[in-house]
Amino acid sequence: MPLISRGFHGRQSEGPSDRIPPGQHLVDDFPVLSAGPTPHTPLEEWTFTIEGGAEPASWTWEEFRALPSEEVTADIHCVTKWSKLDTVWRGVSLDTLLGLVEHDAGYLLAFCDGGYTTNLPLEHVTDGKAWIAYDYDGEPLEPEHGGPARMLVPHLYFWKSAKWIRGFRLQDEDEPGFWESNGYHILGDPWLEQRYWGD
Amino acid sequence: MSELMLDGNAAAGVLHEIFAVEMTTAVGTCANCGAAGEVGAVQLYRGAGLALRCPSCEAVLMKIVTSGRRAWVDLRGLRTLQLDA
Amino acid sequence: MAEVVEVRPETSRTKTIAFDVSDWPGHRAGQHVDVRLTAEDGYQAERSYSIASATDASRLELTVERLDDGEVSPYLTEELRPGDAIELRGPVGGYFVWNPGAQGNVLLVGGGSGVVPLMAMARQRSAEGSTIPTRMLYSARSWEDVIYRDELAQLANEDGFDVVYTLTRTQPSGWEGYDRRVDRDLLAEVAPAPGALEVAFVCGPTPFVEAVAGALVELGHEPLRIKTERFGPTGG
Repeated sequence: MPLISRGFHGRQSEGPSDRIPPGQHLVDDFPVLSAGPTPHTPLEEWTFTIEGGAEPASWTWEEFRALPSEEVTADIHCVTKWSKLDTVWRGVSLDTLLGLVEHDAGYLLAFCDGGYTTNLPLEHVTDGKAWIAYDYDGEPLEPEHGGPARMLVPHLYFWKSAKWIRGFRLQDEDEPGFWESNGYHILGDPWLEQRYWGD
Repeated sequence: MSELMLDGNAAAGVLHEIFAVEMTTAVGTCANCGAAGEVGAVQLYRGAGLALRCPSCEAVLMKIVTSGRRAWVDLRGLRTLQLDA
Repeated sequence: MAEVVEVRPETSRTKTIAFDVSDWPGHRAGQHVDVRLTAEDGYQAERSYSIASATDASRLELTVERLDDGEVSPYLTEELRPGDAIELRGPVGGYFVWNPGAQGNVLLVGGGSGVVPLMAMARQRSAEGSTIPTRMLYSARSWEDVIYRDELAQLANEDGFDVVYTLTRTQPSGWEGYDRRVDRDLLAEVAPAPGALEVAFVCGPTPFVEAVAGALVELGHEPLRIKTERFGPTGG
């Protein structure tokens, strides 16, 4: 039982409790967490690649920006216990991207500049659940928040929304990524509080 | 280099809780590039968990995730760790 | 478990908090503690703070700078009172501790609240009666922001210890010292010659530490003799 610190409230904001998953607290700022240094890939060199389909598919930055995109408003929840409501993004839906590739995979493993990876079942990134986002709050996504582009899967803990994404590999198995292979839950549903192995 | 980067020494509390020995002066050898140095001097990043990286090649040396009751440690990035008795 | 016995102001934004800690094992100058605060609803916040005091059997002192948008530092500097108890883990961090070899020539470079663990080292050096040549280079925004001013003046009277200040934003009238951010030229004038440096301890906000450590390496100092303690983007 931790010692209660008399008079300590922290910086939490008030918010609608039905939108805040168990164990989470609302924040006003946008905390920056990272497992490594911020990459700075020049846009002329940036590509997005889908591997594991009938044929590999790849887009340059200009080609990627020419794909149909949409604005997304979402609540986001980090496993370190902060939540942020009504964040606004713009990006390309995974439904759009997967529609351009012939495949029969059940899972993907996202890969990123800097070496980060994360795994997702395709049923969790289709039907309007996931995007490759390049704008945040009406502006180009800043490098410290994952720019030029990051995965955005708001219904899962935010470690799944991989920063600096460069593509994903379609696979037949759910291969644990960077954190999933070392304690964090293979799926990460914040409403079921799936933070760690065994939760 | 990053504004977010700390020194391995900043993880001294977590490391001591897990390993119960002084870890910051332990000498680790990077499995990726072979560089050796004190754990207190490596690069520390705080993401969803802690990532300790080699100051020479930035490869991950160690990953640490802690919940209230358990800790997970991935040491694959260290070829070896030398601890003083 | 640590009980607050005293809270005293140092500068307009910093306070020193003295604790009695049951079963305190003693510490080495340069080590830190991890403080954890828990609110009634279970919300927790954790921060590390360098120990300011020299080795002492039972009493521990931390010097905390209140960050305007901070979550923990305003609580520690404005809410805590004698009799309150807080949870802390430590002391930890054997890597960044005062333990110079007989050769001496120690350089302590602190930016803002980065001076705290360096002050613990200066106090420890004095308590041991050491005469190891030690220079502290202290970067602060203004004379009013210098923590431990009077005590540092006293320590500078002792054998082999001196303090060089650089005040980066405003200076008192008549100031003849440095008035800019620590750079390579400044370090070239202040640091010992590369072959003569036993160890340099550099502490403060991450950008400060990186600039100083980088400059020391450029000046020819051995990287292994430069020990850094980055406080993060904004400092303690």
